[in-house]
This record gives sequence, C-alpha cells and structure tokens, in this order.
Amino acid sequence: MFDVIVIGGGVIGGAVLRELTKYKCTACLVEKEHDVCMGQSKANSGIVHAGFDAAEGTNKARFNVLGNAMMSAYAEELGVAYKNIGSLVVAFSEGELGTLSALKERGERNGVGGLEIWNRARLKGAEPHISEGALGALYAPTAGIVCPYCLTIAAIGNAMDNGAALECDFDVVSVRKEGGGFIICAADGREVRGRVAVNCAGLGAGKISAMFGDDTLRIGGRRGEYLLLDRADGDFVSHTLFFTPTRKGKGVLITPTADGNLLLGPTAEEVKGGSTETTAEGIMSVIAKASEMCEGIPFRDVITSFAGVRAYSETHDFVLGESERAEGLFQCAGIESPGLTSAPAIAKYTAEKIAARLALEKNPHFDGRRTPDHFFKGLSREEQNALVRADPAYGKIVCRCEEVTEGEIVRAIRRNPPARDIDGVKRRTRAGMGRCQSGFCQPHVAELLARELGLPLDGVTKCGAGSEILKGVSK
Amino acid sequence: MKREYQVVIVGGGPAGLAAAVRAYDKGARDILILEREARLGGILNQCIHNGFGLTRFRESLTGPEYARRFEREVRARGIAAMTDTTVLSLTRDREVTAVNPEEGVFTVRAGAVVLAMGCRERSRGALNVPGTRPAGIYSAGTAQKYVNVKGYMPGKEVVILGSGDIGLIMARRMTLEGAKVRAVCEIMPHSSGLRRNIAQCLDDFGIPLYLNHTITKIEGEKRVTGVVVSEVDENRQPVPGTEMHFDCDTVLFSVGLIPENELTKSAGIPLSPGTRGAVVYENRETDAPGIFACGNVLQVHDLVDFVSEEAEIAGGAAADFALGKGVEHGDAVGCRNGQDVTYVLPQRIDRRPGNSVKVFFRVAREMRNCRAVAESGGKVLAERRRRIVVPGEMETLLIPEEKLAEADGEIVVRIAED
Repeated sequence: MFDVIVIGGGVIGGAVLRELTKYKCTACLVEKEHDVCMGQSKANSGIVHAGFDAAEGTNKARFNVLGNAMMSAYAEELGVAYKNIGSLVVAFSEGELGTLSALKERGERNGVGGLEIWNRARLKGAEPHISEGALGALYAPTAGIVCPYCLTIAAIGNAMDNGAALECDFDVVSVRKEGGGFIICAADGREVRGRVAVNCAGLGAGKISAMFGDDTLRIGGRRGEYLLLDRADGDFVSHTLFFTPTRKGKGVLITPTADGNLLLGPTAEEVKGGSTETTAEGIMSVIAKASEMCEGIPFRDVITSFAGVRAYSETHDFVLGESERAEGLFQCAGIESPGLTSAPAIAKYTAEKIAARLALEKNPHFDGRRTPDHFFKGLSREEQNALVRADPAYGKIVCRCEEVTEGEIVRAIRRNPPARDIDGVKRRTRAGMGRCQSGFCQPHVAELLARELGLPLDGVTKCGAGSEILKGVSK
Repeated sequence: MKREYQVVIVGGGPAGLAAAVRAYDKGARDILILEREARLGGILNQCIHNGFGLTRFRESLTGPEYARRFEREVRARGIAAMTDTTVLSLTRDREVTAVNPEEGVFTVRAGAVVLAMGCRERSRGALNVPGTRPAGIYSAGTAQKYVNVKGYMPGKEVVILGSGDIGLIMARRMTLEGAKVRAVCEIMPHSSGLRRNIAQCLDDFGIPLYLNHTITKIEGEKRVTGVVVSEVDENRQPVPGTEMHFDCDTVLFSVGLIPENELTKSAGIPLSPGTRGAVVYENRETDAPGIFACGNVLQVHDLVDFVSEEAEIAGGAAADFALGKGVEHGDAVGCRNGQDVTYVLPQRIDRRPGNSVKVFFRVAREMRNCRAVAESGGKVLAERRRRIVVPGEMETLLIPEEKLAEADGEIVVRIAED
C-alpha cells in the first residue's frame, strides 16, 4: 500500500511526485505509456509565461505567477536548461495596441513585474526580423523558455532517486475503493494500492476522475502543430514573439528553444482523441502565420514538424484540489497553457494539501539535485578528459548533430527514469533530435539499448510494444 | 600523440582516403586522417552493390572493394588514421579539435586541412510530410545500414519517396531481401537518380515509379500502416482527387543529400547556396587559406569515381600548401551559374599559367540537343554540345588555359537550347 498514487507521468505528475518525496511517504507514479513524458509535456512550446494572459482571480493567473517565480530555481536544481529571455506580444493594429495596454494592466493586477509597452523602433531594434506591419509590443522581462521534456523526466528521475516508484505501461482501467484507500487496476491486470490518488492524467483526466466516482470533469483536446528549425537558426529571434491574443487563444508564436533551435507554432484545432498527426493545412498555416510575424524565416532549415494535444477543462481553468465527489482523489486537471510554467506551484500546492490530509512529516533526507542527461558537451576539457579516462564510452560520439556520447546514452538507459526505447533516449540525451533526425545514430542507439536491456536488435522499439524498429533479420 | 601534422584530413571516406594518398605522393609525410566510424571507407562500407569504379578502374567493384583499394594505398604509405574519432571544432588558423575513447579531447595543429566529411540525407522532417510519426520511417541510407551491415530488415512492405540513387538501390535491395516495394514516388517530373539505376533497380523488378507524385500522408500510430500518395501540379502542389492509398509498414526517404558543413561554418568559411558546400577555387581551397574541401561535403557527386578525382585535386593542393608551395589567388575571377544551370563549381578560378580548369555544374531540367557554354565578358571560353542533359547527372566543361587568360571578369555557365 502506497500513501499516494500519482496517475500520469507528465510535467504535472512528475512535479507532484517529486514534491511528495519531500515528505515522509511512499509514492508511486503510474503511466499508461512505455515511458514517462509521452503526452502534451513532450510536444508544447516550452514557454515560461510571465502571467498576464489569465484573468485575475483564476487558478491560471495565480499559479502562473507563482510558477514563474519558482521556475529558475526549480530548473536549476533539476539540471534543466532554462533561459530567462523575455517575451514580446506584438501588435499589428491600433486595436491590438489597445489590447496590449489592457494586458499590461491585467498583468500588473496579477502581480507580473517589469511589463513595458515598446514602440516600433524599440521592437525593431530588439528583433530585426520583425515584419513591417508590427506597430509595437508588450515586453515581459520575466518570461522565459525551458525544455519541457527534460523538466518532466528530471523531476520523475529525482523523485525516484528520493524513493518514489514508477510503473510504466500501466493503463488504468478501473478503480475500487477498499479500506481506507483505492485499488487501481491496469489493463494488463497489475494493481497498485494507495491511500490517496492524484489525477494528472492530461487528456485522460475526465475518464480517470469518473473511475473514482467524480464524473463532473469535462476534458477537451486541442491539437497544436509545430515546425522546428535547425540550431543554426536559434538566434533568429531573441525573445518569444506572440501575436496579440484573440478569443481563440494566443495563436502561433516564434521562439528560440532552451536547446537552441527555433520553434514556430502552434495551430489550435479541436480534436477528439489524442492523435498527434500533422496535417498539410496545419503546417501551411504555421508557415503563413509565422511569416506575418517575421520576414526571412529560413524555412529551408526546418528539421521536423510535430503536433501535441493540449487537454483543457470545460471551465478553461485549472481544476485543482481534492474532489468534492471522490474523497481522496486530488485533481490536477485541465492543465493547458500556462501549465508548464505553473507546474512547480501546482505541485507544491497539491503536495501540501495531501500532506495535510495524511498528516505527513517532512523528509529530512530529500535531495532535490539532479545532473543533466546531456552534459559532456558543456564540460571543460579537463573534465571531459577525466571522464573519458574513467569511462572511454564518453570519448565516442554517437549523435554527431547534437554531440551526444555513448557514455551519456548508456547512463540514460541505466539511471532513473530508465530510457527503454529510441524515443526515450532521444528525449533524455538529444541523440536523434538534431538536423539528421537520427539517420546516422539510430542503429548505434538501438544497439546500445539492445545490449543494456538484453534484447535482440529487432526487439528494440521506438516507443513501446508495437513500435519495433525492425522486422526480423535479412536473408 | 603528435600534436602537429602537415596535413590533417577530416573524414576517412572515399574523399579523405584519396586526398591522403595524393597528399603523400605530392611530398607531404606527416598526414593524419580523422574518421568518426570504427573503420575507414565511409558510406562505401554499406554500399554492397556493384558498379563502383567503372570510370576509374574500368571494372565494376562493390563499395567495400572500392574503399579497400584506397585504404590499402593509405596503409602502404604508412599514413596515420585515427578511427572512432569525431572532430568537434575547426578554426580558420587550422586547429582541429577531436575526441575519441583513447585520447579524450585533443587538438592538433595542421599545416593544411582537407575537409572530407561527406553528406547527410535530407530527412522526412525537412520535407514537412504530414501524418503521424510511428516506427518504420527511415532515410534510405539508414535502411541500407540496417540491411547490409546489421543484417536486419527495417520492414516488409515498402513505399519509397524520392528517386535518388540510394532510394533506387534500396528498392532493389529490399526486393532481393524478400520485401515488397509497392511504389517509388518522385515529386519532380524526372528522377534525380542515374538512368542506369532506374533500369536496373526498378524496371528489372517491375517496381512502379510514379513521377510527379508525392506522399501526402503517413498513417499508423505505433508502426506505419500505410501512406496516401497524390499527384502534384507544376508547382509541386498535390492535386485534390488524385489520392492513391498504399498499405505498407515502411516508408523510405531518398530525397536528397545535404553536405555536412557544420564544421566548415564554425570556422567562418563561406558556403555556396547552390552546392551547400564551401566556396572554392579550382584547387579546392576555401576562403580560409590552407583549408581545402572535396567530395560530397563540397558538392554531391553522382559517382564515387568523381569524388576520388576531386579529392586528388584537394589532397595535392593541401600538400603544396603545407610545403610552402600554396597558390596565391591574386588574379582570380568569379564563376557562377546562368540560364538553366543550378550551380557551378569551382566558384572562383585563378588565371595563371598552366591552369586549365574543369568546371562542374548541374542543369535545372531535362534538355535535349543543347550546348553548355562558359562565357566571360561576351567571349565564349568553352562550349560543349550535349544530346541530352538531366538534373540527376553532373555536367562538366573544360576551360583551357589560353581561353582562361582571355576571361574578362566573371565567368557564367549556361545552357543554350538550339
């Protein structure tokens, strides 16, 4: 019997799990996919929002501003790239300039510091590629960028280092109340027992909530398509550039990523189910919108396109706290943007509620620090050579595009949470995430996975059963 | 280990090996080849089909056989080669930093550098092909490595996008290994592969080639289950209503090669937008004195025989430079592409005694009964009749020494249709 079962291994579930390990308790994360971070946490804009978008008084406004203030220390402790680059909401009409002023006032009411309205000259000075039609911008110095999948994986890995358990391929199909807690059952027959549960199931949060007896949660999905450009273009813009928001949302943005690429997107399309396929219309619309924002975008350098599905609640606010209808179920649902920014604050809030509920004491042995998965490139030469002497695998570059060593890949397969497939290695170490998109390194990564996991080469998967990369031996 | 060499060669594929041999034969003795893979030979090691060496050796070799011929020449000369060694950075003043499991990270100073890193394949992502992102999507070269080197099949029912040579070769290879290749789709009205490969790899096996067609959707959540193929119009846009569906578990991409010039760029060496390789003089020297480039990192060649030929130019010039006999580029003129030509190489040509220059170029479209012309200041420097030219096959023009002396400003290479 665990004290707490966290359902869903995304950025919220990961942050909650880690926060719980700050207390003396037993916690287990269950994730329906083969690896953690397989839903919206792996395919989003990676923006740390300043906090002027949400209306005052909402959970979104509150946790955005709190989370923004926590993010720098949170990411640093977990060894994750975070850059405080600031954001610009760009206005293309007099009407939009008016909206900027309203956003600034709202931001100030929400507690966002340092907001400034910039005129065209100042905007053009800061962003030379901005298009002719841009009239001005709202500058938010507290905005930033973070690697969303590294943040998720690092939080879960650190929680595991502090004693938390992880069950992958655990697709929750039913929940029974028993004694003072729950028995949570997976499709494959596995069961975990917990005194309380946390619903961080993203798109599946409505279904999970209903299994616990609270059927009031209505979750929708919106697909967003993106284009990712080569690291050579990471300095094409130096801030995150947003269009002035409309009732339909924040629209397409242009931003450097924390790893130095240039990211364009997302679209916003209502979808049923979780399919993350890209569409010709979506890709064309990202290209068209981004071209309205900036001139001369080097589309020739696109290295991949992808899509993610963002879960939202019907109320369009975060649903947090203990369910009124299902005692012992704590909700972290409807976490759409600014969910990534809010994650540390939501986790702290939720863990405090659970600690109070279960009368948990602080864990004096908690160590929140974690080292990055992809780190060789950033070391000094002395450090690099000491590492190669200790383990020659650090002297072998496997992914030439992102400069990832064999040592880093093996370490990611062995450490928490263990990478068990090609995509898992990619999200942790960046091997395969570069300009050749794994053309050169995949066979080598597959061999390392096979060796470490004791599999034949054709047993290695891209992302779990059914995604085997090979179909048997050649003649 | 030694920290100074006369000539350092980045890449131990066909270009690097030929450059090393020629550099030695021109008098350089301290030569170091840095190769990131476990053995020399580059991509030739996975090209187990034959047809290599027809031009150079007048016999048909497999890729590994071709590579071994050069590797033997390298070994016979005692040229140093470090494998499993990846070059991390290069400076304009020829400091090469690399890493390997034995030495760790180290820097060598080079009298001259030859860049011979080859190219990479354009990926599915670069094309924005819509659909899902399941297992079963490979570039043709990656599939080739799995089949020919690792001994595994990437899939059993295959659709190939792009009719580049690697895609054509893999259509045949997968068929011989028992897979069913359902279609090869080419968005252009012509193949970018060699005509002999269309005949020997597709026609001989009854594999259909759909020109003016592209993949407009990839399907399957965990593994590819099928693709939608559409005809495209003259602007390469899909024509609604022409969709065909193919069931398949694998999609191979053979949609072009991109010279791997990240090191070149990091050294501040300018690239040509046409070739995506360094801008070079006819001796294959880049804008950085003493840094040379050759093979597919400079321009994507059709045949390895031509890679070797180009590498010998660069290797010889690198040895000259290292021995203090470098070329002064004081009297150089520019050379660029004109009508119906997509790029030319070299982009700068020295006017000096004894210098006849072979210009390489590609045409924009298939043309018949035409002339390739190199002109400067209204004067024709070279001219060559061609019965047929196609974008998939590189063209050459020789500008003789005496004509080059007449060049008056920039040289333009164009196609004239009669």
